Amino acid sequence: MRIPDSQPSTPDMAKSLGVTPDEYHHVCKKLERPPTFAELGIFSAMFSEHCSYKSSKPLLRRFPTTGKRVLQGPGENAGVLDIGNGWAVAFKMESHNHPSYIEPFQGAATGVGGIMRDVFTMGARPIANMNSLCFGSTDLEKTRSVVKGVVKGIGDYGNCVGVPTVAGQTLFHPCYNRNPLVNAFTLGLLKSDEIFRGFASGVGNLVVYVGSKTGRDGVHGASMASKEFSTEAEPDRPTVQVGDPFTEKLLLEATLEAMKAGLIIGIQDMGAAGLTSSSFEMAERAESGLEINLDNVPMRETGMSAFELMLSESQERMLLVCEPDKLEGLTKIFEKWELHSNVIGKVVEGHRVKIEKNGEVVVDLPVELVTVPPMASRPKVVPSDLKQRWFLDRNRLFTSSIEAKLDLVFTDINFASAQPIVHQYDSMVGNRTEGGTFDDAALLRLRDIPGSKSKLALTVDCNPRITWLAPREGGRRSVAEAAVNIAIMGGDPIGITDCLNFGSPENPEVMWQFEEAIEGISEACEALKIPVISGNVSFYNETDGVPIYPTPMIGMAGLVTDTQRVPKTSFASSEQDILLIGPAEGGLGGSVMTSLFFKRECGQPEDTDLNLLNRMLKFCERLRKTKFSYSIHDVSDGGLATAMLEMALHSAVPGIGFTAKIPQGADPDRFLFGETIPRVLVAIDPGHRTEIETLASQAGVGFTLIGETNESGEMKVLQGGLEVAKRPVAAIRTGWENRWKPCFE
Amino acid sequence: MKAAVITFPGSNCDDDVVYTLREFAKFDVTTLWHQERPALGEFQLVVVPGGFSYGDYLRSGAVAALSPVMEKVKEYAGNGGLVLGICNGFQILCEARLLPGALAKNESSKFQCKDVYLKVEDTNTPWTNQMKPGEVVQYPIAHGDGRYVCEIDSKSLADVDGVLLTYCDAKGKNLPEANPNGSQLAIAGISNKARNVFGLMPHPERATDLRSQHGKKLWNSLLSHLNAKGGNA
Repeated sequence: MRIPDSQPSTPDMAKSLGVTPDEYHHVCKKLERPPTFAELGIFSAMFSEHCSYKSSKPLLRRFPTTGKRVLQGPGENAGVLDIGNGWAVAFKMESHNHPSYIEPFQGAATGVGGIMRDVFTMGARPIANMNSLCFGSTDLEKTRSVVKGVVKGIGDYGNCVGVPTVAGQTLFHPCYNRNPLVNAFTLGLLKSDEIFRGFASGVGNLVVYVGSKTGRDGVHGASMASKEFSTEAEPDRPTVQVGDPFTEKLLLEATLEAMKAGLIIGIQDMGAAGLTSSSFEMAERAESGLEINLDNVPMRETGMSAFELMLSESQERMLLVCEPDKLEGLTKIFEKWELHSNVIGKVVEGHRVKIEKNGEVVVDLPVELVTVPPMASRPKVVPSDLKQRWFLDRNRLFTSSIEAKLDLVFTDINFASAQPIVHQYDSMVGNRTEGGTFDDAALLRLRDIPGSKSKLALTVDCNPRITWLAPREGGRRSVAEAAVNIAIMGGDPIGITDCLNFGSPENPEVMWQFEEAIEGISEACEALKIPVISGNVSFYNETDGVPIYPTPMIGMAGLVTDTQRVPKTSFASSEQDILLIGPAEGGLGGSVMTSLFFKRECGQPEDTDLNLLNRMLKFCERLRKTKFSYSIHDVSDGGLATAMLEMALHSAVPGIGFTAKIPQGADPDRFLFGETIPRVLVAIDPGHRTEIETLASQAGVGFTLIGETNESGEMKVLQGGLEVAKRPVAAIRTGWENRWKPCFE
Repeated sequence: MKAAVITFPGSNCDDDVVYTLREFAKFDVTTLWHQERPALGEFQLVVVPGGFSYGDYLRSGAVAALSPVMEKVKEYAGNGGLVLGICNGFQILCEARLLPGALAKNESSKFQCKDVYLKVEDTNTPWTNQMKPGEVVQYPIAHGDGRYVCEIDSKSLADVDGVLLTYCDAKGKNLPEANPNGSQLAIAGISNKARNVFGLMPHPERATDLRSQHGKKLWNSLLSHLNAKGGNA
């Protein structure tokens, strides 16, 4: 027998559904009765870490979230920033990690679907997707199948809906072996005075369900409940939802059309915890009450209980509120797009949500009891072995040649052309993409804004190696690197979204990492004077009981207003000088080279100089206003050696080669492989070199002439005039182009 | 000059084409919903744009080909009206039997989005008259089902009527490695016998004021043809 929705729950049921004894006690006390089984389902979902942010919320308050561009900060489906001329952008990033491990194709696809819905519920037309993917070791067959499935899932969904995937980051590390990360970002464009929000307001207004029917897919905790409490054997239900990008496209067009026609008061995607979170959160924001009759929810399966209907995570569904006299028009639009719309309830006085099924009230809860869960108290502690992690054996490094170290870095799994991945994504649909997938950041024109010459620059960045060794610096550096990438493409950073992927919050060391990373992100944002406008926390990411490296992913948007040029990020000719802007040396702690050399991440990462970062952005701004052409690329993972080589590998110049001269007095390892941010490479015709040097001096960033391009087809490293390393570009290119291909065979 | 761009459920390049025709070719553009059965006589051009009509369910373009508006498009094409199908639009025109052949899953079985080189095979058409024979143009592709299959097992291009564009390398050679989807005889775009219906997998609208800008040659050909026709009439 199944447990009836209206049956009073017990502490055992609460425990089975993951509601802690404290939380259950709190609920019983406030209600002055035990919640019904259906109500318990609602608490189990809304009190889950994923929905409640009960471990993270107090710490997230540290983020700077205000600024003159901010039209909507965190707390809505997505954040919104003013970009001028009466227009705005809405963007957010979200994780879909666990589903993508269980079922890579559907897990990743529904992740993309969910984040796009978050953005178009704000009234914004999605114009760009990005993603950040972290996978385990490619030696494992499971990893290769996850990579293949995830990439196909992202591609199939975004390509079909017609939103270009314009940039991304992919990295491999064994810490993700059993817990890959799939973080999806969407940005949408909207008029700044036409923002829609998740408000269920106006007593008497109708609550309308639109989109796909509800099935049992993704019913959170329900399978567990069945096992514990049911004597009737039920087949295992899929815990991963199935995506349908075609329905999403219809939902997108219908929703935007209905918004434009002025038919919608409030709207929210049925994402995590489906109907539960959308109804309670919309009532919370509007401080209203709702009455919902579940018999009117379109169902894909028969005999679904209120518990299942409230917790289903079936995809491509929306909850919206409209005035009664607008219903006919609304229905007509959704019918045009071959979608169902059903009135399932209304906005009422008071501040409770009352839910009926088969003529019986099965849920009657005060809104804030559900939406304001008790916060979890999470102790924090500095990892006991942190000092050991910081030990870097310089003496052992000296025993190895520069050539050997170059070979380590150039054969690393993470040193690879992203072509096998990015060619599976439509990066151009929408006709806005001017630069992207292979550049430092994507560049999109805004053809929608009449008369505007502004463009958007977008990037995602994170450095988990650094973050594991020094989480505060990791947070800082992720933001700093993103900012440099935006500046290189001609933009000024305007705001970020984040996706904070960590281990278990019940592990005090993880909580310490979490707090530190937030501090670092906040410091960098404050230095850049940009807000955090949206974000997502994903805890419980572990491989065999060991937390993943802390991975605070940053999605950054920048605005290009003062240039029409699309910068080159590769060598444009074989007769150019190469200037290093910024410090000649970088820190080795946590660098790719030392990680590979010692076969573990080690050393204390050096702090990013945030004042220098701002001066570097100033330099980039002055540079893009010059009249002559140049190539520009930032130094990050792998250091200067990798950055120079990337400029050669992406170059269309036949037989391109280059020299790198180790400056007098510089430490060769720190010069070639150090990863301190910000360091930027500029390649320029020799005739313009002094102008660049003047710009660097004026901006207060150092510069060093470190080499030149040539037609030798080789990378040569010189020290004191002597050749100390030489590698053919063509041979490295072969490895670089083919490195990720085995994942797609 | 008036153009109609058709939107099916799942079309997603319709707006890109509308933008390009308006901004670059100065067409007066109307969008038509697939359920409509309008008279098309007033239009000088009808475009069936790219996307995933009906989610590519069943077969790419198969469901859209049965839409009410396609009856009118067939009538319009039968009267000599100019019809252009891009990507999914090409698939729909093949499914509607307005163009010969069919488009199957890419040989790699993967979706591919990248710039490709195309060789101009015939310039005596409304679509290519501003190009030179053998000229190489660069348009991007973005498709999973773009492998063109001829109706008869032709061994040479000379056996196939109406081929306007073939996949090639930068120098105009039809090498296998320059054929991104395994299309038979490297066919990228084909027209009907009367040359008034043309379908191609690559996207000229994405290469008009961005990327190579070679898409302009197609729109200029079209304008030149229409202007000449207008002048004669």
